[in-house]
Amino acid sequence: MVDMRTVLAGTTLPNPVMTASGCAANGTELNRFFPVAELGAFVTKTVMRDPRSGRPTPRMAETPSGMLNSIGLQGPGIDAFCEHDLPWLEQQGARVVVSVAGNTAEEFGEVVQRLVGSPAWGCVVGVEANISCPNVANRGLVFACDPVSSERVVRIVRARVPAEVPVLAKLTPDVTDIVTIAGAALGAGADALTMVNTLLGIVIDTDLLRPRLAGVTGGLSGPAIRPVAVRAIWQVTAAMRSGTLPTAPVVGVGGVRTGTDALELVAAGASAVQVGTATFNDPSAPRRVLTELEAEAARHGVERFADLVGIAHERMVRP
Amino acid sequence: MNAGVLQVGGELIASRRAGAYHHLTLVAPGVAELAAPGQFVALAVGGATSATLLRRCFSIHRVTPSGTYGGTVDVVVAARGAGTRWLTSLRVHDPVDVVGPLGRPFPLPTEPVPCVLVGGGYGSAPLFWLAEVLRERGCPVEMVLGAASEDRLFGVLQARRSADGVTVTTDDGSAGHRGWVSDVLGDVVDRLGAGVVYACGPMGMLRSVTEVASAHGAVAQVAVEESMACGIGVCMTCVLPVRGGDGVTRMVRSCVGGPVFRGDRVRWDAIGDGVTRVPEDALGAPHPGGH
Ligand SMILES: Cc1cc2nc3c(=O)[nH]c(=O)nc-3n(C[C@H](O)[C@H](O)[C@H](O)COP(=O)(O)OP(=O)(O)OC[C@H]3O[C@@H](n4cnc5c(N)ncnc54)[C@H](O)[C@@H]3O)c2cc1C
Ligand SMILES: Cc1cc2nc3c(=O)[nH]c(=O)nc-3n(C[C@H](O)[C@H](O)[C@H](O)COP(=O)(O)O)c2cc1C
Ligand code: FES
Repeated sequence: MVDMRTVLAGTTLPNPVMTASGCAANGTELNRFFPVAELGAFVTKTVMRDPRSGRPTPRMAETPSGMLNSIGLQGPGIDAFCEHDLPWLEQQGARVVVSVAGNTAEEFGEVVQRLVGSPAWGCVVGVEANISCPNVANRGLVFACDPVSSERVVRIVRARVPAEVPVLAKLTPDVTDIVTIAGAALGAGADALTMVNTLLGIVIDTDLLRPRLAGVTGGLSGPAIRPVAVRAIWQVTAAMRSGTLPTAPVVGVGGVRTGTDALELVAAGASAVQVGTATFNDPSAPRRVLTELEAEAARHGVERFADLVGIAHERMVRP
Repeated sequence: MNAGVLQVGGELIASRRAGAYHHLTLVAPGVAELAAPGQFVALAVGGATSATLLRRCFSIHRVTPSGTYGGTVDVVVAARGAGTRWLTSLRVHDPVDVVGPLGRPFPLPTEPVPCVLVGGGYGSAPLFWLAEVLRERGCPVEMVLGAASEDRLFGVLQARRSADGVTVTTDDGSAGHRGWVSDVLGDVVDRLGAGVVYACGPMGMLRSVTEVASAHGAVAQVAVEESMACGIGVCMTCVLPVRGGDGVTRMVRSCVGGPVFRGDRVRWDAIGDGVTRVPEDALGAPHPGGH
């Protein structure tokens, strides 16, 4: 038996597999297929301050080994989330990472403040700031595309979350240099980085000759983007190992469908892995990936999962 | 875990042509026992390493709990894109991964009121089973089946067995009355004194069925078909605006809140041209200057 525990900035999780925000709703639906409490952590759908209707439909288009989505952060708002969703997850015994967002940096702070005040706060093992969303105060530019906005949000969130609970900053790969943004987030107090969110794309309907999504652009996800996720994790981990970035755990996400896929992200530097789009193909995917990752760790003969984290950086053959 | 839904490795045991469609029978142990008319299954396509990740959803046509092969589920598939073509080209004994039953079934009347069941194209698939369940409860049942042309009608013969009366329409007049189901529906509702109209088919048809039913004093229960990425309620792609009992319009997931909705609760005014807009008065709708 491999010791599958992983440590996220002081919090020890029994295993490194999580859901990905927005791909598992808030637990009740997937719990019909496997107990969500068996995952290392359950990551909730990004919640904002107010209820949001999201975008018009069509909201999705299938693409080779993936899909494009433009949900527009539909959700019930933080008060309903604290009243219904979080207590349910707590009852299941789940360890919860709550994904939060705001239209402005200040709104992130308001969301976190109400979250921390929730009676079910005790089940929260992390707060993931989804900074890959538009900043209304900055002409809709995505926070995570700008180091200054990223830093502001993370500083506000970190200040409001009690010190013993880690803050994760979720980054977009749609930037020129992800190491710069990672540096800004870590400098502002992020305890860990979640990489990556979706990549922006467009699909054209060739019968109607117009964009397929009502919102025109959408986020690309699924196995198609896995090499991008591995690259982003690799670059940030390499910068940490060389001392240009402070060391912090990375949570890998992007295109994981099997335990072998998860192992790629882990070997590139991820201490934990989230499973997103694959869940639409197989509702038990997060749980199955855990079983498969365990088998992969055993196959490689390690005693501890932690021994595999970033291992590929040590195995490069220098030409 | 019995949570009303299962994921099972199924097997195709029969595949036959039915006009423009393919009628598939799948062994899916457990699913048949849980299902009710109006629910659907989500089938994985392309095999275990498929690059086509999203499941395809199909209304359950019929179920046979624990037959010779264990429980079976029948679906009627129109071959359109890559996924449905894959399903219709499967051979008997090929594996098919099934998730179901999903969604809310057609609600049944508590009194034995007369009912009209309206199907557009393959939309008739779930209605025969519904007709039998309604008749067992003492409801007189008539069916109205419509399609673009005769080969796109599904189950006219079955309808004659499952219902007390059948009216057929085709756009081109190749079978039955030339025209739309909505042209004949009002008369059928009046003649039968129907209290409920159940309908499944394209959105445009569901809208006119709702209008005709309301105008003739019947309640419409419509099964919608929205593009679905997961079918199980986790992705939020399948929403449409529906007015709740509290009068508030919300963008509701049709895979878990539906696919059956009361027709007069659906905000048809927001649906058209292949796009569903968010009504301005919907909960959490965007407003000028931000969300
Ligand atoms: C509740 C429900 C019941 C349905 N019942 C039937 C049925 O009984 N018989 C039948 O032939 N078809 C039915 N459909 C439609 C069927 O799901 C689509 O035709 C099918 O998914 C198209 O897949 P494709 O690979 O051929 O097309 P593609 O265009 O390649 O599909 C790409 C993606 O879009 C989704 N998609 C595309 N068109 C539709 C659509 N019209 N509705 C939902 N998702 C769509 C697919 O699921 C897939 O994820 C039903 C749909 C829903 C939501
Ligand atoms: C339908 C859908 C909705 C998503 N919603 C969110 C969200 O609310 N917040 C967020 O941080 N990421 C969201 N994501 C991004 C995923 O969490 C994940 O970062 C991305 O999809 C890449 O992982 P995957 O390839 O495993 O899906 C969403 C992705 C999809 C497909
Ligand atoms: S199809 Fe995913 S939520 Fe309905």
